[in-house]
Formats: sequence, C-alpha cells, structure tokens
Amino acid sequence: MAMLEVKNLRKHFPIRSGILGRVVGWVKAVDGVDISIEENTVVALVGESGSGKTTTARCILKLHEPTSGKILFMGEDITKLKGKRLKKYRRNVQAVFQNPFLSLNPRMKVEDIVAEPLKTHTNMSKKEIIETVKDLLTKVGLPKDVLRRYPYDLSGGQAQRVAIARAIALKPKLVVLDEPTSALDVSVQAQILNLLADLKEEMKLSYLLITHDLSVVRYISDYVYVMYLGKIVEAAPTEELFTNPQHPYTQALLSAVPEPDPRLRKLKKRIILPGEPPSAINVPPGCRLHPRCPYVEERCKRGEPELIDVGGGHLVRCWRVSS
Amino acid sequence: MSSPSELGIMFRLIRRNPVSMLGLIIVVTFVIVGLIAPYILTRPEEAWGIAYNVKDRFLPPSPQHPFGTDEYGRDMFNRVLLGTRFSLMIAVGVVGLALLIGIPVGLIAGYVGGKVGTALMRVTDMFLAFPPLLLAIALAATLGRGLTNTIVALAISWWPWYARLIFVQVNSIKSLPYVDAARVMGLGSLTIMFKHILPNALTPITVQAALDMGSAILEAAGLSFLGVGVPPPTPEWGLLVSMGWQSINRAWWISFFPGLAIVITVLGFNLLADAVREAMDPRLRKALIMKGV
Repeated sequence: MAMLEVKNLRKHFPIRSGILGRVVGWVKAVDGVDISIEENTVVALVGESGSGKTTTARCILKLHEPTSGKILFMGEDITKLKGKRLKKYRRNVQAVFQNPFLSLNPRMKVEDIVAEPLKTHTNMSKKEIIETVKDLLTKVGLPKDVLRRYPYDLSGGQAQRVAIARAIALKPKLVVLDEPTSALDVSVQAQILNLLADLKEEMKLSYLLITHDLSVVRYISDYVYVMYLGKIVEAAPTEELFTNPQHPYTQALLSAVPEPDPRLRKLKKRIILPGEPPSAINVPPGCRLHPRCPYVEERCKRGEPELIDVGGGHLVRCWRVSS
Repeated sequence: MSSPSELGIMFRLIRRNPVSMLGLIIVVTFVIVGLIAPYILTRPEEAWGIAYNVKDRFLPPSPQHPFGTDEYGRDMFNRVLLGTRFSLMIAVGVVGLALLIGIPVGLIAGYVGGKVGTALMRVTDMFLAFPPLLLAIALAATLGRGLTNTIVALAISWWPWYARLIFVQVNSIKSLPYVDAARVMGLGSLTIMFKHILPNALTPITVQAALDMGSAILEAAGLSFLGVGVPPPTPEWGLLVSMGWQSINRAWWISFFPGLAIVITVLGFNLLADAVREAMDPRLRKALIMKGV
C-alpha cells in the first residue's frame, strides 16, 4: 500500500451572492482526483493556474476540508482527524511554499522560525533545540550567522533554505512543495532543487511537487500527474510521460517547454490549444478538454472518458486512447 | 551578524530627522513631567486647588509666577505642571482602554470570521454610526464628571476604530502563507492568533495609537471645557483653559499657558507618530539596511 493515497477527492467552493449570502453556484476546483505517493519518491502534480493542483495540495495539508473523498496516510483517513492524531499527522507531513518572504513570519528571527516546529512537537530543552537548529541550518547549506537575522535581511535563496529547514526539522515522511522554485532566480533554482534532491536521499523523504515548470519536474520527479480543470488527465513515470505523452493536453503542455538547442528547435512542433481554459464554475460536459482539443470527436462532447491504464503505470483519460 | 531590532531602527531613524527628534523629546519630557509632577511642585496646595490666595489674583507672568496667577490667586505654573499628570493619565488611559477592547474584538472577528465575526463587526458599526465626540459627550454627561468617567467615555467612543483597523489587518494576514505554514506545523489557533497574526497586524494601530494619544488629550480638554469632563478644582488642561476663558480680556495668561501645553504635547505625539510610521514601513527599513545605517 502506498504511503499517501488520495481517493476520489473533491473540493467545491460555494459562490455566494447578495446580502443573505445565498449559494448561487459552485467552483469545482478539484473534481474527483486520485493520487498515490510511495515512500521516498518524488511525485509531481502539474497543470496550469486554476487546474486545482494547489487546492489538492491544500486538502492534503489539511488547510481545506475536502467536499468528499478520502485521503489515506499510512492507511488512516486523515480528512476527519482532530486533536492529538491530527498533530501526529502534521508532524509527518510538512510543506514548503512558493514565496519564502511570504511563508516566513517577518517578525521572527531565523532561529525562532526553525525552532518553532521543535518547540511544538518535542520536549527538547532550549539547548538541544539550539543545537538542532544549528544542525538543520548546516544541512540546508546556510552559514550560522543567519541565526539572528530576520527574513527580510536574507536573499530569496537563503530564505527558501530557511523554509526548507523548518519543513524538515521534524523528520517528516512527506513534504509538499508548492512551486518551491518559481519565486527564485534561475541560478538559485538549480541550487534549491539540488538541495531538495540531496535531502530526499539523506532523510528518505517523499515529495509532492506542485508546479507548472516542466523542466523542474523532469529533473527531480519519479512520477507525474497532469491536471486539467480539477481532474487528472494523464499520469505516468516521468521519462515515459516526457517521451510518450498520450493525452492532447499533455502534448500541448510539453510542446510549450523551450528547446535550448537551436538545431532541434525547428524539429519541434508547437501544439497550441485555442482559447482559454474554461472556468471551473461551468465545466464543459463530456471530456473537459473538448472545446479546445485539436482531435475532438462527437463522443468527446457526450461522455467523460475514464482514466485508462495503457501499461507500465501510464494512465490516460482520453477517448482516442481507450478505443 | 544579526538584524537590528525594530526599536533600534526606529531610534536610528528618529535620530537622523530633527523634526522626529523634537517629537520624541516633547513626548519623553511630557511623560517624565507627568510622572514626577506632584513631587516637584513649589506650591502644591495651590496646584491641587485647595489653597486660595485672593490678594494675588490675576497677576501677569513674572519671575515669581512664570505663568501668572488665576482668579483665586493660584500660581498657574504649578497648576499647569500638575495638569501634565492628568493629561498623561488621560492619554494612556483612553488609548489603553480602547486598545484593550478594540484589539480582541477585531482579532476574534477577523480570525474566526463567519457569523461570530459578522455579529461583532455589526456591533462595532453601531458605535461607529455616532460622531465620536458627540457619543463621548453623551456618555460623559450620563456617567457624571470625573477623571475615570472621562477616560471611560472617550475609550467607549474610540475602541470601534481600533477594532475596525485590526479586523481589516487580520483578514488580510490570515490568508498569508506564513499563517498556512503555522497551521501545517500544527500550532493551535491561539498561538497562531497571538504569535503570527497579531504582531503583524499591529503596525498601523501603533501609528494610530501614537496619534490618538494627542487627540485623547485634546478631546478630554474639550469635555472639560464643555463642563462634562473632569470637575474643578482639578488642574486638568482643558478645564484650566475653560476657567480662564471668562476673564480672557483682562488675564490672557490663564487660558494661554494650558492651551500652549496642549498644543505642544499634541504636536509632539503627531511628530512621533510620523516617525513610528516611517520606521515600520518595511520598504524604507530595507533601504536603510542596504545603506548600512
């Protein structure tokens, strides 16, 4: 059994209107998502803005209450957890957010930020905590002189390292990385990715990587889920997905990755989907991609295809594949 | 290397700006005089208003009576000096009490939200519907004259402004990633409210409170002037102005010096509030650190 299993997860947000706050509609941000994460693996969840990837992550982090569905962690459903057992779950599942300057309390010094999870979850003495904090900072490659600094006094890369140190302080099993590098300079992105990759091996961590940056996905992840309008449309081991994408949406997404080699650039076909993604308030009937799909057929407008296993852990949600 | 503390930065900023420095000097002097006034009086009975000296009525300012004397021949310098203490008590009392009510209401309404939040803010709106000075006058008149009643009346008409300010701040801060991070860490609601949200919501209210210290003195003086504030013979500044008003044609100094004390003190708080606002602006602070100030 996988360490974390998300089963048929739905999160619908009500749209309220008028002074009485009557519910006039629903935003179906996440609409039936299944994900599983094994121990010590990196699973990526990709999709454009509004695809529901961050909402999925927030449900796993228990920042949102799911509308329906289950999230099993080590076999236990965590969607209704409270009190002590929730605290235990929190200890095992941590997060690193996109912008480190927003995810670190601007009024706390680095030493207090990194010490906070230790103070909350362990009975360590002050001395032990300070030693542990120093070890953690060394582990994430920060000099000791940042201890007494405030976040605004750090560079973006340094601040993200502090956020990573805080996330790994309790030796969690899973770390949710929500766009961990997209707020950073390109040169710093690589350093942070290398750090994350090293920490994963050293501490036997699993990552759920939420991103729209496909080069990051290819570099670090073992398995990829592609999300479109609240549903998984394709999932496969990383190399398989990048070399043999089956779903038209994945193909379009991959064709958008810039090709660094100018000789190869000409060979590459850019697939552009017409129009904007529809809003999650009015989800198109049938296959969600059909209004924009270049291969649209009559059956695509009528029914929604199932996620079909095409072998080797490669799942695709498309009528053309199932036939 | 460690980052400079907020107070340290504030002090450096104030030191660099002579106008802010003037504000700080005025406020510090005001506080010190307010604390020690009863012990440095040369004519304590006259200052407290228990002794009369009818043969020295309406003496103009002189080396012996720097601020002149009033209609009962009491030394105005001693009266104004002791008045500092009452103004300090009013400034601290009104703003402190208003913060004590306003901050929890705004914090709970903002953090809990939903029906509780709406109910709390609607109550706040009810208070805001009255012009604050009018509400204070009505309350002061109902409660009766006295220092405590004046403070209570002003605080009741002021807390809604603080509740509003905190509510708006908390509402925007509670969805910031560092609050999410605190929840993911497994911190309790109280810890999140007091350690992660409140300290970051206090910036605008600190500036407002510094400004309001001046306004509290001014409004309490207004209440005393109208006859619903502190009762005579208390040497409260507003009351002193009001007492001298009847004889302003023959003895301008009776109203003038307490009035001047009010103006200078309020000005000091305003200048200081400006400096506090600057020191708390993160962009400005960052620029200062870059410059290595």
